[in-house]
Amino acid sequence: MDGMQGFIYPNEAELQWSILIVLYPFITGLVAGAFILASLERVFNVQAVKPTYRLALLTALAFLIVAPLPLQLHLGHPERSFEMYLTPHTTSAMAMFGFVYLWYLMAVLVVEIWLEYRQQIVTSWQRSSGLTRIAYGVLALGSTDISADALRVDDRVGRLVTIVGIPSAFLLHGYVGFIFGSVKANPWWSTPMMPIVFLFSAIVSGVALVMLMYQAMAWYRRVAVDMTCLDTIARYLLYAFLIDLSLELLDLAHRIYEADESFKTLDFMVHTRLFVSQIVVQIVLGTLVPIALLASMRWVSRARVRQVVYAIAGMLTLVGIFAMRWNVVIGGQLFSKSFLGYTTYKLQFATREGLGVSIVLLLLPFLMLGGLVRLLPPWPHEDRANAA
Amino acid sequence: MARFRSYEHLLRLAAVFAAGVALFLGARWLLVPSDYGRLGAYRASALAQNQLRPIAYAGQVACVECHTDVADLRRSNAHARISCESCHGPLARHAADPAEAVERPDPRATCAVCHLPSPAKPPWFKTVAFTEHADPGPCTTCHQAHAPKL
Amino acid sequence: MSIDRRSFLLEASKLIVLTAPAAAAWDYVIAGAAEQAPDYDASAHWWAMIIDVEKCIGCGRCVQACKAENGVPLEPQYFRTWVERYEIDPDDPEHPHVESPNGGYDGFPGPTKPGTKTFFVPKLCNQCADSPCVQVCPVGATFRTPDGVVLVDKEYCLGCRYCVQACPYGCRYIDPRTHTADKCTLCYHRITKGLQTACVEVCPTGARYLGDLKDPRDPIHEFLRTHKVQVLKPQMATHSKTFYNGLDGAVR
Repeated sequence: MDGMQGFIYPNEAELQWSILIVLYPFITGLVAGAFILASLERVFNVQAVKPTYRLALLTALAFLIVAPLPLQLHLGHPERSFEMYLTPHTTSAMAMFGFVYLWYLMAVLVVEIWLEYRQQIVTSWQRSSGLTRIAYGVLALGSTDISADALRVDDRVGRLVTIVGIPSAFLLHGYVGFIFGSVKANPWWSTPMMPIVFLFSAIVSGVALVMLMYQAMAWYRRVAVDMTCLDTIARYLLYAFLIDLSLELLDLAHRIYEADESFKTLDFMVHTRLFVSQIVVQIVLGTLVPIALLASMRWVSRARVRQVVYAIAGMLTLVGIFAMRWNVVIGGQLFSKSFLGYTTYKLQFATREGLGVSIVLLLLPFLMLGGLVRLLPPWPHEDRANAA
Repeated sequence: MARFRSYEHLLRLAAVFAAGVALFLGARWLLVPSDYGRLGAYRASALAQNQLRPIAYAGQVACVECHTDVADLRRSNAHARISCESCHGPLARHAADPAEAVERPDPRATCAVCHLPSPAKPPWFKTVAFTEHADPGPCTTCHQAHAPKL
Repeated sequence: MSIDRRSFLLEASKLIVLTAPAAAAWDYVIAGAAEQAPDYDASAHWWAMIIDVEKCIGCGRCVQACKAENGVPLEPQYFRTWVERYEIDPDDPEHPHVESPNGGYDGFPGPTKPGTKTFFVPKLCNQCADSPCVQVCPVGATFRTPDGVVLVDKEYCLGCRYCVQACPYGCRYIDPRTHTADKCTLCYHRITKGLQTACVEVCPTGARYLGDLKDPRDPIHEFLRTHKVQVLKPQMATHSKTFYNGLDGAVR
């Protein structure tokens, strides 16, 4: 078999988890990261990032809705996927994750967005007609109460939801890390650090995404970017990046130092089959370069330059974190559990689990976000002021 | 404490959630298989379902029931402990309906599968260099397959 | 006791132990159709397998029989059981050369490197008592039966492939026809009717042996008492019930 090297167990010839399973942690990571950025303002009172609060929430929602799609497309029997909710096997991280997802979607994200937008929903309801009017009516749950008292209650409850939401977001993506980290059969995955590494790379990717979306939307709406906001986001991105890098370096150092039975196999794999995706894309282009760019902006005074550099850093970050997911998921399947051989992943384009589908799945959340932004504009006052 | 009016909308939200939970519990009651969990975290009927497979290999005992002459011939010779179906293939259908024809195994290839020499084979196992030993005639020219020791 | 006499006793006692249930099994064979075993009490058995590496000749009959008996796809690479051939250079035991051409289905026609320590290792599902594949299944579609066999519920399985990832031994695959997980079932449809598994049935040298650890008369107890046996990857603590006699330390 071409691309195969050495000895693999006969059943290992076919890779089990495809690019769709790379997409899934990438998407849920963006959700967790975007939410944590939003919670910076709400819970930690970082006023500077307030302009991105609503956008971050909507971004998280758009991506969270799309997140189950790659999983459904990957399953052998997607029509049976509801079984995970009806008869979850309590020892299975994958099964319990279904409830973490549901909890986070319904009890955290949807509730928080609802509380934040309620006043706007009610006013839009009163102002619109036809189908949109019905939509807003449903969203308002038929309540028109936007009195000062009600809004105060909303604010308090919203704050509580965000406080609960932070550990929920940690759980959402940490759990995905645990799904990999708890597989003792696979030494590339099996480490207690996996949930934490996943979580911090999620934060990095989510913050980078919101930073990019904010700039993109400002450009689209033809308004000026709030540079204090942008600089603050970039600073938090840098901090998260430094923690993420430290964690990954710690994992690497530990592996190299202990050099257990799997080390030679994994080391060889990283230097050959994973060289481009891990060393070049994830580490250099996706981590070291963005860190350098972000750090160096401290000494750059021209806002325009900082904006462009932030955008470049943000895009490199997203590519780098995608590469990280790729290296974990695909990398974990390129070597044989016999530690005596390797296989390859043949990514096709036009199949159910191919590149074409993946591209569509990555574009879908942006389409959804576009719809959400139209239904629930994050900056209605500004937009109206600019239109006038 | 805020007046009821101020948080009435939250109660509407709670009602929506309660409806969702009720829907979920209803779906559970309807859709979870009745035998799930009886023996463990699985459908108990899966045990029975795994038993439902037609049998392909009849087993040595089944062959001996009819072919007593072959059984006698094999006894105390080198191939005595080898199952008939090892060389003859799956024969459950033949055992169920003896009229069903059975293909004879190839009198050279079948022997070669086991008896071709290889350093990987354990030292106590008898192998033969086929190219040197009575090539290319079938092994049955000299050896009785059921009592091969000459 | 010589090897011949010992294994003869093993075979003879196997026949004695099996005659009564074999007679009952005969009915199932005659019937031809797929049937449940109504008199089988799962809690009275605890199945285990012994693989005697010193007896395997790499003929591949077990692989053929398994595929025929269980309808495993013939095209590579789907195997419920397979045979590996090891070649270990005595100067470099850390890097054995291993091969499994089509799982050993047609034997091992290729030559071995001279001067190496070489032998065959049959592999199959280890029927772990603390199985990681059972642990990770999100819906309970793979499970351990009361008699110690790990099975797949093909009508419940989602095909998520988590179990395939979790198995340290590489014995699982996704059946391309049903899109569900599949693996060695220890010929559950046979052993519940008093028959041997297909692989044990056809092995010409007795390198495979199916034992019932709950049966006090089963020769497996004596065998385990008198031989140095190992399980694969003991560090995984899967409580594997497939015991290897004569397993070299280089085997992965």
